[in-house]
Amino acid sequence: MSEGVLYAGAGHAGRHADYLEEPKGLWSWLTTVDHKRIGLMYMWSVLFFFLVGGIFALLIRLELLTPKQTIMDAETYNRVFTLHGAIMTFLVIIPAIPAALGNFALPLLLGAKDVAFPRLNLTSLYVYWIGAAMAVATLALGGVDTGWTFYTPYSTTTGGGVTLMVLAAFVLGFSSIFTGVNFIATIHKLRAPGMGWFEMPLFCWGMYATALIQILATPVLGITLLLIVMERVLGVGIFDPQLGGDPVLFQHFFWFYSHPAVYIMILPAMAVISEVIPTFSKKTIFGYKAIAFSSVAIALLGFLVWAHHMFVAGISLFAGAIFSFLTFFIAIPSAIKVFNWIATMWRGSISLEAPMLFAISFLLIFTIGGLTGLFLAALSTDVHLHDTYFVVSHFHYVMAGSNLIAFLAGIHYWWPKMYGRMYNTKLAAISSAIIFIGFNMTFLPQFVLGSRGMPRRYFNYLPQFQDLHVASTVGSWVLAAGLFLTAAYLLASFRQPKGAPANPWGGRTLEWETASPPTAHNFEGQPVLQHGPYDYRPEPAPVGVKELAH
Amino acid sequence: MNWFRDFLLPPGASTHVGEMDGLFMFITWLTVFFFFFNGGLIFYAVRRWRRRSAKEVTPHITHDTRLELVWSLIPLAVVMLIFLWGFKGYVKAWVAPNDAMEILATGKKWVWEFEYPDGTRTLNDLHVPVNRPVKLVLTSEDVIHSFFIPEFRLKRDAIPGRYTELWFTATEPGIKQVYCTEYCGKGHSDMLARIFVDTPEQYETFLREGDEQVRKMPLKELGRLVWENKGCATCHSLDGTRGQGPSWKGIWNQTHRGADGGEHRVNADYIRQSILTPQAVVVQGFEPIMPTYQGLLREREILGLIEFIKELQ
Ligand code: HEC
Ligand code: HEM
Ligand SMILES: [Cu+2]
Ligand SMILES: [Cu+2]
Repeated sequence: MSEGVLYAGAGHAGRHADYLEEPKGLWSWLTTVDHKRIGLMYMWSVLFFFLVGGIFALLIRLELLTPKQTIMDAETYNRVFTLHGAIMTFLVIIPAIPAALGNFALPLLLGAKDVAFPRLNLTSLYVYWIGAAMAVATLALGGVDTGWTFYTPYSTTTGGGVTLMVLAAFVLGFSSIFTGVNFIATIHKLRAPGMGWFEMPLFCWGMYATALIQILATPVLGITLLLIVMERVLGVGIFDPQLGGDPVLFQHFFWFYSHPAVYIMILPAMAVISEVIPTFSKKTIFGYKAIAFSSVAIALLGFLVWAHHMFVAGISLFAGAIFSFLTFFIAIPSAIKVFNWIATMWRGSISLEAPMLFAISFLLIFTIGGLTGLFLAALSTDVHLHDTYFVVSHFHYVMAGSNLIAFLAGIHYWWPKMYGRMYNTKLAAISSAIIFIGFNMTFLPQFVLGSRGMPRRYFNYLPQFQDLHVASTVGSWVLAAGLFLTAAYLLASFRQPKGAPANPWGGRTLEWETASPPTAHNFEGQPVLQHGPYDYRPEPAPVGVKELAH
Repeated sequence: MNWFRDFLLPPGASTHVGEMDGLFMFITWLTVFFFFFNGGLIFYAVRRWRRRSAKEVTPHITHDTRLELVWSLIPLAVVMLIFLWGFKGYVKAWVAPNDAMEILATGKKWVWEFEYPDGTRTLNDLHVPVNRPVKLVLTSEDVIHSFFIPEFRLKRDAIPGRYTELWFTATEPGIKQVYCTEYCGKGHSDMLARIFVDTPEQYETFLREGDEQVRKMPLKELGRLVWENKGCATCHSLDGTRGQGPSWKGIWNQTHRGADGGEHRVNADYIRQSILTPQAVVVQGFEPIMPTYQGLLREREILGLIEFIKELQ
């Protein structure tokens, strides 16, 4: 048997049709419980909404080309940026890596046949679709103009489809919870024989930490959103001072979910990067435990810092100090991970394939994203920068830059496993460069805009800010060009023959031990782990490596 | 490297600037440093250890506790320093000196209204004297707004049903831009205000004659504004209903009997006298409770009130 993996009852590899071919027909896809198919359907849904959200983004940037009205009026603009933010957060970034790549890859990485609850998995996809349809349907009710943050009392008093949008986010929360529950159970129960917690690929640790947040934090968002609906529909005073409520209470509730949610967005990204870097450095990961525990530390600490979004919202001096202090602790595990990844590359055998190029983009962009978090965690600087373009830029560096680029890294990494086909690697290298440049052109100027005082969510702005806005808008076109190029060569790969090898990158984790694409049952029989996930020592494995009975 | 700071930040004009700018530039340099540090390491690694053959063998290094402690503890020390530095500036911006002049700032879709200690009110233009601590007490009449003065490095939300505070000492005369930085709907980006940092002389003029807006306002309108803003409205109605004081409706040119029995025609002199020395003539049937407005109203405001009352038929 190759690569040190034993199959209990193996011996007839490559006989069965792969999961894409069998069973056939649209109905078989819509009723499938195969985690790989569900993962792919999630992936295409997410990519579709990324296109929609991206078009809104281009419209926002185009409007901001001039200081006054350019292509739409203020009310339309407010609806467009709300929809952009809501789609990108709830429909794209939160499900992108866990629900799409996680569903596809997690059971494979664990050596499992499927997730623990396959039907719940399919349910989560349908719930996602229902939530997405509700979010889009708000357009018919005149749109929503609250921003994705739904701050009260604005959101409880403005018109339009706010109630429906809030319910959509509520429904989407369940899809997220279902995925989280499923992953936790899968990781606890379905690891291949011989795979202890510390022999799991780090991707699984990232998914585990993410899932913890998903099931602990999302219910709070659900309750908060229902409270908004109660206030809007039934007139119960909770947040609106006119009804005797407290508007700042909403912010506490909202960020109690939404700060941890930003880690729902970054932990999966880190999880992907932790796979890509060792594979393309052909070297064992540096500091496995540090990375694994950092993920968990981030997940837990993430619950203790929410009010750093409220330093100027009238919280007390003491609260401000505590939340600032705790926020700084989150920076440490993030920094540790970055150093670990670089150390993994050190003295490696580095191959600059497309996934690795995206991973390197991630490292550079996340470095900026994380460090600019320090400006916002420090009290006196946040007072100046809060709710300006600086914050906009910070969270795009960590969400769009880091999360989406890691998503792209993951797609490029597992694409041959998903479809058994290879894309054009030259174009992939070019597009990763265009995306990196376009991204920085778009968002670097926004830091300067913000520190110079340009507030966010502004339809009109003072002429002194125009130059930087123009630079940012031009950058958005470069970024879009890079993304369209990616879409083009990925789609073109379907015209290639299904010739991708089982292990195109020389990875050591279990998904590379099965065919590309795998059969419906992933592995022929039950794989048994023989070496650690990132063990690149030449075989036969030296003493000390786990020898497992079959 | 002052040019770099001037590129990133607007000119500073309050006593909070030094604290914030120092920290801002410190973190900026830290970011620049680590970007090039990490980028440099990655670039070096890629150049030096680029894969040349598929057979290459790499060392099996799983961790290095000493190194890991170094790159955990050094960042920890740095961020703790940043925390303390940021906290120091925040505390300073939090506690207003006792002698700060208090101005009430109310946000409502989509204007800012300011009320000064002497009852003067202005809209969107805030006048403050240079080099004197000023405390803004913020609130809102509808949704949350936020009061942001980039050149002072200050910002605070204005929340309906609550009072929040912000204080500063402006360090140089001039006009400073104010933005609303909490999204509040259609007019959010037009909810701009200006702070006029006045020299002591300019500020005196402002207090004596009102700001430009008031100086240019037609007398009659100004009269109504004073009636609304200076408390006359609490005792004097405009529609004939009797309040604590007589209604102003239709009193122009009437003859009123005073408590002393004398008859007085309501004309400009009578009104002026009623305002400045109300007890001189107390209208029959009313208590002598009207306070004197001696020194509280500007000449032009009194003229405005006279014009206003004249028109109330
Ligand atoms: C606390 C209540 C109160 C306030 C505030 C007040 N007044 Fe009066 N005012 C009175 C009363 C009572 C009288 C009648 C007794 C008197 O003449 O003193 C009166 C009388 C007058 C009269 C004479 C009316 C007449 O019918 O003869 C004028 C003019 C007047 N006030 C102007 C003003 C102006 C202008 C202001 C605001 C800048 C003002 N008052 C504020 C209570 C008030
Ligand atoms: C590495 C350390 C990080 C620190 C110290 C940090 C700190 C902060 C702080 C203090 C704010 C509030 C700023 C303000 O509103 O004034 C903020 C905003 C934000 N951050 Fe981070 N952050 C970090 C990483 C991340 C990551 C990894 C993500 C997501 C992937 C993220 C996403 C966001 C978002 C979405 C907002 C703004 C939300 C909004 O107002 O709409 N941050 N960050
Ligand atoms: Cu946060
Ligand atoms: Cu506003």
